[in-house]
Amino acid sequence: MLADKDRIFTNLYGRHDWRLAGARARGDWDGTKEILEMGPDWIVDEMKRSGLRGRGGAGFPTGLKWSFMPKTESDRPHYLVVNADEGEPGTCKDRDMLRFDPHKLVEGCLIASFAMRAHACYIYIRGEFYNEASNLQIAIDEAYAAGLIGNDACGSGWKFDLYLHRGAGAYICGEETALIESLEGKKGQPRLKPPFPAGVGLYGCPTTVNNVESIAVAPTILRRGASWFAGIGRANNTGTKVFCISGNVNKPCNVEDAMSIPLKELIEKHAGGVRGGWDNLQAIIPGGASVPVIPKSICDTVLMDFDSLRDVKSGLGTAAVMVMDKSVDIVACISRLSTFYKHESCGQCTPCREGTGWLARVMKRMVKGEATLAEIDTLEQVTYQIEGHTICALGDAAAWPVQGLIRHFRPELERRIRDYRDAKVRDKAAA
Amino acid sequence: MSSRALAKDQPASFAFNAEMMAQAKRIIAKYPAGRQASAVIPLLDLAQRQEGWVTRPAVEEIAKILDMAPMRVLEVATFYTMFNLAPVGKTHVQICTSVSCWLRGSNDVIRACKEKLGIGMGQATPDGLFSVGELECAGACVNAPVVQVGDDYYEDLDLAGAGKLLDALKRGEKPAVGSVTGRDGSAPAGAPITLTEKPVPPPKQDFAAAKVAFEKAKADAAAKAAAPKA
Repeated sequence: MLADKDRIFTNLYGRHDWRLAGARARGDWDGTKEILEMGPDWIVDEMKRSGLRGRGGAGFPTGLKWSFMPKTESDRPHYLVVNADEGEPGTCKDRDMLRFDPHKLVEGCLIASFAMRAHACYIYIRGEFYNEASNLQIAIDEAYAAGLIGNDACGSGWKFDLYLHRGAGAYICGEETALIESLEGKKGQPRLKPPFPAGVGLYGCPTTVNNVESIAVAPTILRRGASWFAGIGRANNTGTKVFCISGNVNKPCNVEDAMSIPLKELIEKHAGGVRGGWDNLQAIIPGGASVPVIPKSICDTVLMDFDSLRDVKSGLGTAAVMVMDKSVDIVACISRLSTFYKHESCGQCTPCREGTGWLARVMKRMVKGEATLAEIDTLEQVTYQIEGHTICALGDAAAWPVQGLIRHFRPELERRIRDYRDAKVRDKAAA
Repeated sequence: MSSRALAKDQPASFAFNAEMMAQAKRIIAKYPAGRQASAVIPLLDLAQRQEGWVTRPAVEEIAKILDMAPMRVLEVATFYTMFNLAPVGKTHVQICTSVSCWLRGSNDVIRACKEKLGIGMGQATPDGLFSVGELECAGACVNAPVVQVGDDYYEDLDLAGAGKLLDALKRGEKPAVGSVTGRDGSAPAGAPITLTEKPVPPPKQDFAAAKVAFEKAKADAAAKAAAPKA
């Protein structure tokens, strides 16, 4: 288990003062000017060497992403946009950073913006997080008042403005280009890429969109050094990670531990184990709603990182572990997710708009078994018609849970269909 | 996608009160000149806070303030599900029914609403005091099940806990926000397992040495690039 001294989010549970004085006592804003004086190139290089992969779900290397921004300023200003539109079912890690460690994020925004030569940063926070936004705004105001950001941020001579922008309830705005559209005052419908945001982003200007956690860990990585962060976890999957463990465990919680921790150890050490014991486990969705479900046999040994979960055809996603014990109707669970994606599709691409509705309707029938055996294959084929045929990854995210269900729980689907059919035959005979 | 439209019955007019107008001006100032449309979501939110829901006159007024076509504002109002396009109860209870909440008994919370308020999903009490709606993942999954009442989350509910909460709301009280079982945020229930030590500032790396190493690596790379290929 990771030692407390190696944890970045030392106020994850809000047991300490989250305001500036408390944050400073925990080491935030310590030597920020020194870090800035090392220069943008060093910061980007150090982030690359830390091996940090984006914490929003896709796992793209953060330092590399930062390096895509133009190296010189032009008449088009650069922007950093922080994605705090947390809403992936199962995920609630950013919430704790926003409400209990907001200064880590504010400091990270300054450093990342400086490294990408941006003088302005917008944090896009989901509208439901009203109290979290309120804490963050207080932290921003404190940072301005203390001269940490503003016209001469930390005395570095760098002008930096930070703005908080509240959304209004649209899961799709977690997609980076939909988020940019929304920030511009439009419906959150994703843009075609290319052009990528680093070339044409917010207001047509070079923009980088990063997850809250990716930005909030940056100051600590730079302070302690890339080699410290890279020494945790395993190659290509380095550092610490905040995991959210929800569902049928004895003690649901958020916890920061080392990347690549075995899934079983994570649940047993931190979440009090599966309800009814490990043998009562049915399946786990290991990375938020959009990654495929994995059955117990895989959960026994899999490591919680990008590569090992990809190898079992699932994903780390946001590291939101949703645990289902044997009492759970797994088909109903995936059907619930299909309903979610139907609700949240932005309606722009036909395969997703029509496909998510179709999936939700068929999945509702599958819960009861009101289908034919051949429809399982049809269902699977339709998911492949959606996946990869849409502008953004919401179509993929809708397809994957259903694919995971068919891959690992086909016998259960077949059993329901047969039971339903048999019951019909019996009813007819009785009539 | 969710299909939403403005209510049939609409008030005749809308105007921001002085306090809301001042807030609106502060919000518009966050965005670059000419990019005031960025403020459309925050302004719709202000209108909803003032009136309880988003009305057609409010949409038209905001279009005027932000110099947008009314259709563009209407588009935003109908796209984002936090905007109520029809009046809701004075106390609007939104129940998260997404997977993590469902796994831990969001159906019991729905039942508690039926028992205590006599209404189901998407309904309002005849006196207009309460309404119940669905929330697509509140983002507080390790504190499931969760309801949002106004701006506040109430967490770690069960049938009894939700009933107690609703009783308090019916009495006009404002119960303490957060976990109803008294957990510290998202910490596991019971004795802490992690973060047991008093947090201290982490050690800092030697920036001067790091700078030297970085410059040397850069110089080496440049020399290598410049060297003639063997």
